[in-house]
Amino acid sequence: MPAEPRTIAELSRALQARELTAETATERCLSAIVERNPSLNAFITVLADAARKQARLADIDIAAGLSRGPLHGVPVSLKDLIDLSGTATTAASRVRQGHMATRDAPIVTCLREAGAVLIGKTNLHEFALGTTNEDSAFGPARHPLDPSRSPGGSSGGSAASVLAGMAYASIGTDTGGSIRIPAAACGLVGLKPTLGEVPTDGLVPLSGTLDHVGPICRSVEDAQILYDVLRGTPAAQGTRPQAARGLRLGVLRGYFMAQLDPQVATGFENGCARLEEAGIELHDVAIPHAGDIAPIYLHIVLSEAAAYHARTLESRADDYTTNVRLRLEMGRYILAEDYVRALRGREVLMHEVDAALDSSDGLLLPSVPIPAHTIGVTSVRLGGSDEPVRNVTLRLTQLFNLTGHPAITVPCGSTSEGLPIGAQIVGYRSRTSALLEVARAIEPHLGLGSSR
Amino acid sequence: MTMRVWLENAVQDAERRGLSALQPLLEALARSTAALRTADWNVDAAGEIDESKGPNAR
Repeated sequence: MPAEPRTIAELSRALQARELTAETATERCLSAIVERNPSLNAFITVLADAARKQARLADIDIAAGLSRGPLHGVPVSLKDLIDLSGTATTAASRVRQGHMATRDAPIVTCLREAGAVLIGKTNLHEFALGTTNEDSAFGPARHPLDPSRSPGGSSGGSAASVLAGMAYASIGTDTGGSIRIPAAACGLVGLKPTLGEVPTDGLVPLSGTLDHVGPICRSVEDAQILYDVLRGTPAAQGTRPQAARGLRLGVLRGYFMAQLDPQVATGFENGCARLEEAGIELHDVAIPHAGDIAPIYLHIVLSEAAAYHARTLESRADDYTTNVRLRLEMGRYILAEDYVRALRGREVLMHEVDAALDSSDGLLLPSVPIPAHTIGVTSVRLGGSDEPVRNVTLRLTQLFNLTGHPAITVPCGSTSEGLPIGAQIVGYRSRTSALLEVARAIEPHLGLGSSR
Repeated sequence: MTMRVWLENAVQDAERRGLSALQPLLEALARSTAALRTADWNVDAAGEIDESKGPNAR
């Protein structure tokens, strides 16, 4: 009997070869949800009956030779700020109580047309405004490897659902790192495409000019499949990775290495050494105004979020979790002149990332400075100072939301406690497919070993 | 508006609205705004712009 498929590509091959049915794969995911969701709190809504029906229809079509591609019959979860007709889009907030989506978001239409089995909607940091998943009206999502820890956020339930075998992939959103942070914390692949490539219509926004949509999954090949589907283009199947030898990557130093957990630093440097052994040329690069990233990001994200929430902050303030309400209120005090300054700074950073990429196949840096942290911990000691967990977790990802460059996190070993470490690869704007090719080539080399 | 005046006004307004818990966040925001305002890529009406640090620089 063949091994149980772990990736979308493996499951798709098994479904096409009739070694496994979509119904069986879906039942396995539903069993994992029954067994593990009570302790992990990854799902807000489970759509068992609808998923079973979609799986049965997929089996009928595949048996009749009517395959719709590599996502046909594959169980996928959705972050619960994506509209799915006939279900509540809670955004993990009491503010959304009573909501019912009357139509699918365009990305859900694309998933349905590709034959995905939509298994449920996952927990998140309330309104995606946070990186730990701890502030949710439904309680925190927990890490499948250690439920006392956070799976990261804001798409924490999405990453937990994939790691725990409750879905083969999940669709998340990323405004400052909310796909890449939980994917890295859970040892998964998370893709933030180029800004604007995947439509955000039908999604609850956090920050209109920074929001991105993308997949969390187990391999770069799976990310390629989902990226194609989310853009409404036919998903390629069975393509071979390009050679790693001869690739040139710029390693971001300075600011990006200044505040790292020692095990993350070691794990990342070990990954770099393995890439060089594989014939990849690494060279150091810098972003001259990296020190301005956090202020620029803060002024844009909070201003835009405050504008969206202004009415409900007046009328339903007590329905927000305390931390999220206070952060949104911060945004209401930002002056227009400072928002405009931040927009200018954003342009400066965009050109500096373009310059850092010059003559390279991509940029390389760690994904998150710390491994999955214990729930309830609000600060960590890094580089000789105590830093808020929120600031630390955003530190290496938020730049590429500002600049719009595509970025992907890939597993890069683990700590002595077995907690995953991620490496981030960044590509040229509007060339996400090329980034995915590079990531696929280096994925097997980065993922070997651990910092132990 | 200077950062000092802005912070005084913001804290006073937050207290009036029953949001005294906002004070440490507003102080953090003030530090962040001060950093934003002193960044060397800012332009001003005096016209003293260093083009090498503008958005079109490589």
